[in-house]
Amino acid sequence: MAQAPKFIGAPIKRRDDPRLIQGLAHYVDDFNPPGTLHMACVRSPYGKANIRSVDVSKAAAAEGVVAVYTHEETKGIGPVPVGGLVPDAKVPAQPILADKQVLFAGEPVVAVIAETRYGARDAADLVEIDYEPLDAVVDLEAALEPGSPKVHDDYESNQAFTWAIAGGDVEAGLKEADVIVKEKMTNARVAPLALEPRGVLAHYLPGEDKMTLWTSTQVPHKVRTLVAGQIGMPENRMRVIAPEVGGGFGSKLNIYREEALAAFVTRELGLPIKWVESRSENFMTTIHGRGQVGEIEMGLKNDGTITAFRYNVLADCGAYYQLLTVAIFTLTGLMLPGPYKIANMEMNATGVFTNKVATDAYRGAGRPEATYILERMMDIAAVELGMDPVEIRRKNFPDKSEFPFNTSAGLSYDSGDYHLALDRALEAADYPAMRAQQEEARKDGRYLGIGFSTYVEICGMGPSAALGGQGWESARVRVEPTGKATVFSGASPHGQGQQTSFAQIVADGLGIDANDVTVVHGDTDVVPYGVGTFGSRGTVVGGSAVVYARDKVRAKMAKFAAMEFEADANDIEFEDGKVFVRSAPEKSAGFADIAMMAYSAIALPEDTDPGLEETHFFEPSNFTFPFGTHIVLAEVDPETGDVEILRYVAVDDVGNMINPLLVHGQIHGGIAQGTGQALEEEMIYGEGGQPLNASFMHYALPKANRLPRFELLHTTTPTDVNPLGAKGVGEAGTIGSTPAVVNAVIDALSPFGITHIDMPLRPERVWRAIAEKRA
Amino acid sequence: MIPASFDYVRPQSLEDALASLGEHGDDARVLAGGHSLLPVMKARLADPGVLVDIAGIEGLSGISETEGGFQIGAMTTHAEIESSALVQERCRSLAEAAGSIGDVQVRNRGTIGGSLAHADPAADYPAVILAAGAEITVAGAGGERVIGADDFFTGTYETALHAGEILTSVRIPAPAARGASAYLKAAQQASGFAVCGVAAGLALDADGAVESIRVGVTGVAATAYRATSVEEALTGSAPSAESIRKAAAGAGEGVDALDDFYAGADFRRHLAGVYAARAIGKAWIRASGK
Repeated sequence: MAQAPKFIGAPIKRRDDPRLIQGLAHYVDDFNPPGTLHMACVRSPYGKANIRSVDVSKAAAAEGVVAVYTHEETKGIGPVPVGGLVPDAKVPAQPILADKQVLFAGEPVVAVIAETRYGARDAADLVEIDYEPLDAVVDLEAALEPGSPKVHDDYESNQAFTWAIAGGDVEAGLKEADVIVKEKMTNARVAPLALEPRGVLAHYLPGEDKMTLWTSTQVPHKVRTLVAGQIGMPENRMRVIAPEVGGGFGSKLNIYREEALAAFVTRELGLPIKWVESRSENFMTTIHGRGQVGEIEMGLKNDGTITAFRYNVLADCGAYYQLLTVAIFTLTGLMLPGPYKIANMEMNATGVFTNKVATDAYRGAGRPEATYILERMMDIAAVELGMDPVEIRRKNFPDKSEFPFNTSAGLSYDSGDYHLALDRALEAADYPAMRAQQEEARKDGRYLGIGFSTYVEICGMGPSAALGGQGWESARVRVEPTGKATVFSGASPHGQGQQTSFAQIVADGLGIDANDVTVVHGDTDVVPYGVGTFGSRGTVVGGSAVVYARDKVRAKMAKFAAMEFEADANDIEFEDGKVFVRSAPEKSAGFADIAMMAYSAIALPEDTDPGLEETHFFEPSNFTFPFGTHIVLAEVDPETGDVEILRYVAVDDVGNMINPLLVHGQIHGGIAQGTGQALEEEMIYGEGGQPLNASFMHYALPKANRLPRFELLHTTTPTDVNPLGAKGVGEAGTIGSTPAVVNAVIDALSPFGITHIDMPLRPERVWRAIAEKRA
Repeated sequence: MIPASFDYVRPQSLEDALASLGEHGDDARVLAGGHSLLPVMKARLADPGVLVDIAGIEGLSGISETEGGFQIGAMTTHAEIESSALVQERCRSLAEAAGSIGDVQVRNRGTIGGSLAHADPAADYPAVILAAGAEITVAGAGGERVIGADDFFTGTYETALHAGEILTSVRIPAPAARGASAYLKAAQQASGFAVCGVAAGLALDADGAVESIRVGVTGVAATAYRATSVEEALTGSAPSAESIRKAAAGAGEGVDALDDFYAGADFRRHLAGVYAARAIGKAWIRASGK
């Protein structure tokens, strides 16, 4: 683009919001083809049990029931697809409906198909399953002890996999250290809880031998390829549509049993089959995130220089893997050194089967875990060394001049300026005044704490080779005969706002108004084969594909304009809805006039075909590495254990921002979600493997009234791994916030001699920690 | 989240509603605002055959002054109670309790009668009802009767209501000349229900000594209760922050407290003392400020 961007960088309001706010958007559940049948699943109430018998006769005879399926009728469906494995991973086949055993509470055993949703639900209660409850595996550490009950009877133990990553020499680093700090920490298992639960509607047309599958997913093409494979259908006979998707946070970056089940049943019955998850099912059967317990050892010199960092961790897999269960834990290892020069690092991970639903990608996916333990250890080390938490961080940052910075975990951070982000945050927070305020408050018997998190994350997933395949993204840009432009993106945004930001990208390149650009995604019959939206890649990778497709269309239009104006195509400019010759601006035509020329095709430039439609598959050369500093001021009530966040200052460097309003929205949501993990969230299981808090009455999501106004700032360090210079922002808030909040609470409690409390910092836990120290 | 099938009747008079309850017996449940009953039905933890919706009955809703206090109709919503100037002036703790229930949507639909009849051990109102010495009027086939606050809550989800009776109104006595009240709670962050909620109502004499005091505690035990040892310790002398703190510590002592993943029994007993001190202190400041 020769001219200055008009739309890129502008805080344009999201196009999605009016329809979402007014309830006019169409989610899976809003589609009701004539004749739709409804599916309800009968699920295991036990963590582990033998199925002695299944009697569906009463359910099958119930009014309005069309069919009932058990393992027997569905055993031809392929198991749930898994990927991202490591070499020694044991891979249990996850059946569509349980056969002889159920391995987690919520596992489906029987599917009832009925004419109405109520009828299906009522009939599900009539299915009689005789279970023999067995001992369940709930606790990660106990699971590996000899004699522990086993999740899978035919495996020797509950060990699912091992994986290690090392750089430098940790033993040598520890020997070199003046002090060694150790701590055991937990990243509790948490539920992603997209506000729209999962849902699927499958409709097979026997005459056309064609199926449409509406599903609430982040990855429609993966669903098409993999579900078609599960039911033995050519993938080009299946059309997958991800309509409005009400959030995913990684939980919908998966292929679930109900998708294949509905696809299988519609092919059998020739009628549309709908299943929409209830919230309790969502808690029990949609993947969870995090789930790590580990021991950390960190060596430091007396001046704060880190000499070694080791993390020996148990990773909770659940009973079966979902799509990327194992891969998530490897991301923790890759990001273990964070934004610091840690020459010697090591992570030794052991995956553990438990009688629970699988863990998988949840906003941040492995990186929040790494950032959390690292940022907690930085504070613990600072206390040990009597250093300020700011100084110990500065001591270990690479300088701006050291980029590209190669880490001991084997990554190359292309660009960054960690000191600058920290400086900006300290200035915005007025750090000395904050410390003075803390001092004053302590005199009044009030406990204020200041928490830091200086993070770097890995985004823009990613180079295909590094991801084990499919790290690219596709886009097609079409200029219509009337001069409107349409973007077809292979990414599948589900709330991130690319309907707005992609329009901004195309409008600037073509010199037209953003309102003249429509963005289409989430329909495999319409958009080019795509990868999807996850890992902060939608704009970074998907948007870059849009840039290149746009530029190809622009180049073609320039040829038509050059022919019309008898000018050189390189001398054609696009601005304000006009196409003109740069060196002779009086030679000008409307953008739509040139578009129509390409479609009328009465005259064609040399070597040029009619039409204006170009596709690009963009493969990034590296990941991107956004970074920042979050500072939290919190107050703890030592009598009740209540935590209140008084101030939240965040400086995030996400590279160039296409739309700062969207960036802020992502950071707001991310901070809230990360704060939820810090203070409230945790899936809790009873001894039998039943979740005890699988409802919004018991599991607390962070609410606005518990959060302060966020003070958001930015530094901008563009990347050159993509043409936008953007680094991604979907997960930054989640990654930065959790340790900042916890560090603030621990800092507040430092007068009691408290150096660590495991998340979530619910009031009781905080109170008990104080009580122990007082005793 | 789909309830089992049920029948639904919407009588237009109290007589018809009572007749409906009589006709269906144990199979019937009264539907008020629906914010306790419908969720348990959707989770299939309850499946009544008939819902008797009392929303169509005139005269069950509203707040009015009575001789010696004020009366709240059973169908009055939490939002109406929270925002009523009369309630705020006469029984601040009740307005505070109403305003702390659930969220705006819940407060716009949920009713005081429904909440009291449901008798959730972690509901907010019971603490205030006990502290205010309220009276609860119920109607049955044999006519009306009035139940004192101290006799109303008999167990977890259990009240002195007989089968076939409908709770029709709550009467709150007038405050003393130098009287005031306050309600404070530790909320379960998911549901907003009280992990510990304490309502304190007290009256001071001309010299500033405590003439009378009632302290109601909810969320801590299987049933809301009065912290009588606290009341006794504070009655008859002029309070101080220190005396309140000392006395209030007894609010949870010896209580057979609830114990769940969110808060253990010892934590709940501890919170009872902390919140009793804070609620009494707040009521005391309000009373002395008059």
